[in-house]
Amino acid sequence: MSAVTRSVVGPLELLLHQSRYEFRAFRRNRRALVFSLLLPVLFLVVFAGVFGNGTVALGGTRVTVATYYVPGLMALAVVSSSLVNLTTSVVAERDLGVLKRRRATPVAPWVLMGARALTSVRISLLAAALLVAVGRVVYGAYVPGDALIGVAVTVMVGSASLSALGYALSTWLTMDSVQPVLQVVVLPLYFVSGVFVPQDRLPSWLRLAAEVFPIERIAGPLHHAFDPAVTGAGVSAVDLGVLAAWAAVAGAIAVRRFTWLPRAT
Amino acid sequence: MPTKVAPNPPTTVLDRDEVISVRSLRRTYGTVEAVRGIDLSVRRGEIFAFLGPNGAGKTTTVEILVGLQARTSGEVTVLGVDPAVGGPSWRARLGIVTQESQPDPGLTVSDCLELYAGYYPHPRDVQETLALVGLTARRNRLGEHLSGGERRRLDVALALIGDPELVFLDEPTTGFDPAARRAAWDMFAGLRELGKTVFLTTHYMEEAERLADRIAVIREGRIVAMGTPDALGGRDAMEARISVPLPPGVTVDDLPGDLRLAVRARRDGRVVLGVRDVRACLEVLVGWAAERGDDLTGLEVTRPSLEDVYIELIGHPQGGQQR
Repeated sequence: MSAVTRSVVGPLELLLHQSRYEFRAFRRNRRALVFSLLLPVLFLVVFAGVFGNGTVALGGTRVTVATYYVPGLMALAVVSSSLVNLTTSVVAERDLGVLKRRRATPVAPWVLMGARALTSVRISLLAAALLVAVGRVVYGAYVPGDALIGVAVTVMVGSASLSALGYALSTWLTMDSVQPVLQVVVLPLYFVSGVFVPQDRLPSWLRLAAEVFPIERIAGPLHHAFDPAVTGAGVSAVDLGVLAAWAAVAGAIAVRRFTWLPRAT
Repeated sequence: MPTKVAPNPPTTVLDRDEVISVRSLRRTYGTVEAVRGIDLSVRRGEIFAFLGPNGAGKTTTVEILVGLQARTSGEVTVLGVDPAVGGPSWRARLGIVTQESQPDPGLTVSDCLELYAGYYPHPRDVQETLALVGLTARRNRLGEHLSGGERRRLDVALALIGDPELVFLDEPTTGFDPAARRAAWDMFAGLRELGKTVFLTTHYMEEAERLADRIAVIREGRIVAMGTPDALGGRDAMEARISVPLPPGVTVDDLPGDLRLAVRARRDGRVVLGVRDVRACLEVLVGWAAERGDDLTGLEVTRPSLEDVYIELIGHPQGGQQR
């Protein structure tokens, strides 16, 4: 990186500028790297090792274990990269006074918030690509070539929606409470959304309940896209619509409740 | 007592050198009154210190002045703009060192400065700013790996990177050891040479005395004194103390008549005189000593310290009770 001092002019350029440095900080954050990039791959290795050469029902098709777990763990990676990672860092930066210092600069608040969401989207795409690559190269998992753009759209929209949700949740959380609360919220949703166990083992009421939440609206279309019997764009307008609705509600909460100054001094 | 500015309504004030103007500023949180009617004026190029104990309302005031907090009532103008409506071009003219802000996680010193430089329309040069605060050798170190003093240097660099006209330093040396504090003072004094106007809050009387052109003392949300360090709280009009050693066998009654009236205390073979005109008193003393062949070894002249004045003004520092 050149050390030349330069001024960033337009808001879009400023958004990219901010996100560039956030991504640089992410690359140096071991915990975030482990949870967003390494853990999903590790889960894939574990599941593929435990269930070996068996097959799992995915939609109407029997697929290999690796093929089944790539899309589900992709949803987990999006949740880690967006909801967990963003909420953790936003709460920390708020309570360390970093956001206060940034808010006192000329940069617009929506640019800062948008940049952080963009950073989450970038990390989510990276994690998704890593899972697909490891699944394909190491385990020979099926990759839906035609639907990859649709998969990327689901990942990006899901990540942006969960980023908004992270901003909303951050308004109730502190550095001490953020990890336990997020785990309690997220872990049950992983189970009902077919991330760890195939959904055909779940009672129908649980599967219905899952459909209310954004994790199923990411995992569902991803599972569908990776079903070899399915052709098409690999993206669903209904799922994107539900994700957008979650983003709208979360965004409204964040606009009302979000504070830039450290909490409760 | 405090030099009061003529009570012009701020909307009609067109004094280009008035950088901060505050009239009847109040801030309440529920039933708690953090700021209870403050008036002050800061002029271009001056270092203005806001001195007071913890919880007196210093940080609240700074946060209102930089637009991070709303006020309950009162009129405030900073660089000609009401902070409540100040936009990006206004914030570009401010720099702020916030109280106990930590470094941006995961970024090196250089990263931080490059990031913040991007926020401003006309930033200073990163390398030059690093040199200014003495962090050139630390430029590739992560912010969270810096020492406390170095972190504060980074804060100052971040406050300066946009080349602001007005710099807010909110308790910039709290928790420093004496050596780090002195180094920080040198750096802050350098801001004056850059032509910056500085609004400093502190609860260290010595810091205010060392750096400031003018000091306002705040207690329980009110300004209780304002003036230059020499004149604060009527310090310039207070009596100086002259402590005179008395040779063996000499008593207070042997002093010249005028001086006998000025005796304020006597102890251990000394008398302490309280006088307003030090020179006149010394002339009498020297004449008297010369007659007696006394050399006046051990004579001491002291004036009330700013600390004496400050303690007097704020009452009991913790409880905030009137004495």
